[in-house]
Amino acid sequence: MSDHEYTPKSKFGKWFNDRLPLLTLANHLTDYPTPKNLNYWWTFGGILTFCLITQIVTGLVLAMHYIAHADMAFDSVEHIMRDVNYGWLIRYIHANGASMFFLAVYIHIFRSLFYGSYKAPREIIWIIGIIIYLLMMAAAFLGYVLPWGQMSFWGATVITNLFSAIPLVGEGIVTWLWGGYSVDNPTLTRFFTLHYLIPFLILGLVVLHIWALHVPGNNNPVGIDIKKPSKDTVPFHPYIVIKDGFALLMFMIVFAFFVFYTPNILGHADNYIEANPLVTPAHIVPEWYLLPFYAILRSVPDKLLGVVAMLSAILILAALPWLDTSKIRSAVFRPLYRQFYWILVADVLILGYVGAMPAEGLYLLVARVATAYYFLHFLVILPVLGWKEKTLPIPLSITEPILGGSPNLATAKNKESLNK
Amino acid sequence: MSEKKTNRRDFLFTATYAVGAVGVGATIWPMIDQMNPDASVKALASTEVDVSAVNPGKTITVLWRGKPVFIRRRTQDEIAEARSVNLEDLKHPEKDEDRAANPEWLVMLGVCTHLGCVPLDQKGEYNGWFCPCHGSHYDISGRIRKGPAPTNMEIPKYEFVNANTIKIG
Repeated sequence: MSDHEYTPKSKFGKWFNDRLPLLTLANHLTDYPTPKNLNYWWTFGGILTFCLITQIVTGLVLAMHYIAHADMAFDSVEHIMRDVNYGWLIRYIHANGASMFFLAVYIHIFRSLFYGSYKAPREIIWIIGIIIYLLMMAAAFLGYVLPWGQMSFWGATVITNLFSAIPLVGEGIVTWLWGGYSVDNPTLTRFFTLHYLIPFLILGLVVLHIWALHVPGNNNPVGIDIKKPSKDTVPFHPYIVIKDGFALLMFMIVFAFFVFYTPNILGHADNYIEANPLVTPAHIVPEWYLLPFYAILRSVPDKLLGVVAMLSAILILAALPWLDTSKIRSAVFRPLYRQFYWILVADVLILGYVGAMPAEGLYLLVARVATAYYFLHFLVILPVLGWKEKTLPIPLSITEPILGGSPNLATAKNKESLNK
Repeated sequence: MSEKKTNRRDFLFTATYAVGAVGVGATIWPMIDQMNPDASVKALASTEVDVSAVNPGKTITVLWRGKPVFIRRRTQDEIAEARSVNLEDLKHPEKDEDRAANPEWLVMLGVCTHLGCVPLDQKGEYNGWFCPCHGSHYDISGRIRKGPAPTNMEIPKYEFVNANTIKIG
């Protein structure tokens, strides 16, 4: 929060701002003090906002041409692709946009894990973020059902059947979700409604996410609090706006590559076959961004426990601020955590890989080991590391390691050894 | 106000909350129940199938309530195999006699009890069905033998209307 009171210059501005302080808000957002050592990993918040807006705008346009009916949905998507002016472009942006959204959110989450951004006093920001992530997965799943192809239909069948694992009421819940005795037209129409709703829920949560962020301010690569008043910060505009803008441009190049050069590589060919309730495709896999959790689901041989393990793998993230007992935020000063961090990254990538492979033989074994390690990381390694790890001395301020000439000789030495 | 005594106002508060809760519940329930199967879906509850053209060793698949139903005319070998299985070897012990009253005809929901895929006919390690989604193997009685599925494939309510016609549902 900017500390000074803001007064608009013009008379009308003052009149308006006294009644609705929008200009004060705008002033807060432009002057918002930002740590000056933020690196490019911090640009993904802006990139994610761009992704959300892109999905909402392209989604709105697609909804003008799409027909949510089991007999017409598949054809209406092909109609969009072939007949609607620029329909192919808008749909490819929307479909690949989902993947880009998840790519950015995973970078955003792993940045937070590396620099300890989830720790006090930023727990609420983190938990809102996890809720947004859950809603993103729901929206992506619901949206994938709408084209009513084979993967749509069978993906919907498998995911809704996850609820049948709940004892006693499971079957009733599944029938309720379907509005029938199988995935059918009532399922499609309600999925369309919910797919339309969720992005606006996410938008609301994004506002809360940013609001909660602006209370303590940004974390930063050094992970220490900003000293006030100091030269540790720069105003959001123009410094961060320009930096975010440049990163966004780079991101859009990657985005455009997928949209224009290989728009279907992240999808499945089976989804260009219309849904057929009598034939299950030989190999059902979810979209790439859900594969690690799919691998966890399949690695447990019991139906209920498999579902519990998969949900726990996501929900455990919400408890992270309390599972990580270390007071030091940034992994830069945590030599052991830094290694376990990269092992976790590898573990999640391995889970993603085996999630795309058939659940048998060596793949299944690897999935089981990787699943066990995933939980081990959060439930054992992180709490223990907080007590055992000998952390490096942290600098006194953000400016200190940059300007050098530090009174803390050990820090300066460490910095040199890190740079080697 | 010093004494903690139940007075008229406390009673009114409690009564108001109670009536409010009932009102909210009564308002929300239609919003929830509208998602359950509607009258037109329920009306399609039974299907009649002519099975006169099915030869022994063949399976036909028909759609009932949007789900596939396997109707297999089993050979004598298959019946013998299904009936010879030791119940202690089964994850979900059920006698074949209970699953197929008329041993020649096995009528069951072609839906894997794991996560609802359609298993493939005459595949898997037990000469029955194999689910390609997550690798569940079923025997020739549709009983789960290996893999993540918790139970045998379900037997729907059905009856022979005459020698050649099965009514499912």
